[in-house]
Amino acid sequence: MEDFLKIGDRELTSRLFLGTGKFSSNKLIPEVVKASGVQVVTVALRRVDTAFEEENIAAYVPGDCILMPNTSGARNAKEAIRIARLARAAGCGNWVKIEVITDNRYLLPDNYETIKATETLSAEGFVVLPYMSPDLMVAKKLIEVGAAAVMPLGSPIGSNRGLRTRELVRILVEEIPLPIVVDAGLGRPSEAAEAMEMGVAAVLVNTAIATANDPVAMARAFSMAVKAGRMAYLSGPGEIVDYARASSPLTGFLRE
Amino acid sequence: MSFYEEIKKYALFDFESFFERIDVRDVRKTIARSRLSERDYLILLSPTAEQCLEEMAQRAHRLTIQHFGRVIFLYTPLYLSNYCVNHCVYCGFQVNNKMERKKLNFSEVDEEARIIAATGLKHILILTGESRKDSPVSYIKECVEVLKKYFTSISIEIYPMDEHEYAELIAAGVDGLTIYQEVYDENIYSELHPAGPKRNYRYRMEAPERACRAGIRTVNVGALLGLNRWRSEAFFTGLHADYLQNRFPDVEVSISPPRMRPHLGGFPPPFAVTDKNLVQYMLAFRLFMPRGGITVSTRERAGLRDHLIKLGATKMSAGSSTSVGGRLDFDSAGQFEISDERSVSEMAMMLYSQGYQPVYKDWQMISEEPP
Repeated sequence: MEDFLKIGDRELTSRLFLGTGKFSSNKLIPEVVKASGVQVVTVALRRVDTAFEEENIAAYVPGDCILMPNTSGARNAKEAIRIARLARAAGCGNWVKIEVITDNRYLLPDNYETIKATETLSAEGFVVLPYMSPDLMVAKKLIEVGAAAVMPLGSPIGSNRGLRTRELVRILVEEIPLPIVVDAGLGRPSEAAEAMEMGVAAVLVNTAIATANDPVAMARAFSMAVKAGRMAYLSGPGEIVDYARASSPLTGFLRE
Repeated sequence: MSFYEEIKKYALFDFESFFERIDVRDVRKTIARSRLSERDYLILLSPTAEQCLEEMAQRAHRLTIQHFGRVIFLYTPLYLSNYCVNHCVYCGFQVNNKMERKKLNFSEVDEEARIIAATGLKHILILTGESRKDSPVSYIKECVEVLKKYFTSISIEIYPMDEHEYAELIAAGVDGLTIYQEVYDENIYSELHPAGPKRNYRYRMEAPERACRAGIRTVNVGALLGLNRWRSEAFFTGLHADYLQNRFPDVEVSISPPRMRPHLGGFPPPFAVTDKNLVQYMLAFRLFMPRGGITVSTRERAGLRDHLIKLGATKMSAGSSTSVGGRLDFDSAGQFEISDERSVSEMAMMLYSQGYQPVYKDWQMISEEPP
């Protein structure tokens, strides 16, 4: 049986999503997509310039990918909603990654404003993927207001610190019936594999790929790690136990 | 508490004796810290830290790539008017300089905007001298209306204003403010500004705070290097940026380290600031504020700017002119002489050759509802 990730009405086979803001050249985007098999690419609307084809970041996203504009720069729900509508009007489709950030030092998302933006945009027919700080109650609210997936951070954007929010993300995986996409902070393929092994539906990576010395090779490495992690999750990894399986069990006599 | 009150605690601070006590081990320990305090920042600005510039550079380079990516944001200045009532002894536009004064009319603004827009740039910085009579808020607002047709981000570098005036310009489409304190040392400030509204040190210093309260999206502060000993000026600029980031966490804060350039009237900079000093300043600031922007203008020569890309710079001007109507063949004097005459496409080529992406557009005007 094929293992699809269903978001909105799309069935995806790749569980690696790509961010695009930090590449040394937009020309790398199609190469990275090709090497990694990525199907969802996020682009900040603030960078999209439909009037300047040669430097228009959106024009470098291959046509068979889902272009997911994000609301980078939005400081509240109102701005995020405007950016999403502008993106749709600019021909960027109806997927949107909500990013509302009111803290420029750590770039941590504002969950409250994110819920408000998600509610309005879902009602307007957008497929909404909100970037959020992992919090169970917030995730439940996001389901209520129509999110198509939730995107908790692994650690702050661009920090390469890995899955520091592990316990909170684990709870989301257990309790939230929507796809969980770990977005931000994953610095190494092994960390992406770790998240996938836990059962998250997908991961989104930008900094770790874009700022690597060889972004194309790093994208391939992430792709392989995501597949390995997914396969491990599906095959049911052994339970982690904190005692050895003793060859002479203490309670063995009870079974005699 | 405003920044004016905040920096008073340094009124009696003895920078020289602080620097004397710093040894190389202090510097090395500081470089390794993940979060730098004010004191740490000052350690990195010390003469002793000059011995560790390469270590600072490596860390600064990594931090810049991590937070901003392999990109440099581009913009260009557009001078609207050079009428000025101030007496700043170091400026080409000061009231006593006998020069032809010029203010662009709206069709000239449109024409110059069209020329700039043809280069692909979407970020513009508009400048005027300080004259509420010749370039009032209403004039600037009308210019913004014209510029909105061509640009997606409009920043102002004009006289300091009241909060409601900033709000008015933000509503009209302005999203960024650049304002240099020029010199943070209050005594030197009053010597260099003998008359005119700019004499009001505090009103100027609190301008970024007023703009932030009015809802501005980006602020850029700086000291004009050469007017005072650079280390303390760099320190206060960093503190100012840090103060603004703490008070207004949703604002994108950046600094400029502009060095004085030759200009009409020829006031020689009283204090030397070498290339090495400039680099140390940028590196120290990057380590102090890893996500703070650093803007490097065409005041610096091409060869040096090419190196500064890997030393923490995030934003650069290109295809600049510092005179009013400079792209329309008016023959007027510039505010200062620029050192890097490269066009936007030449800058872009240079960036690509260094493994950096020139970013022409990094904002979408959202002050109006989409259709």
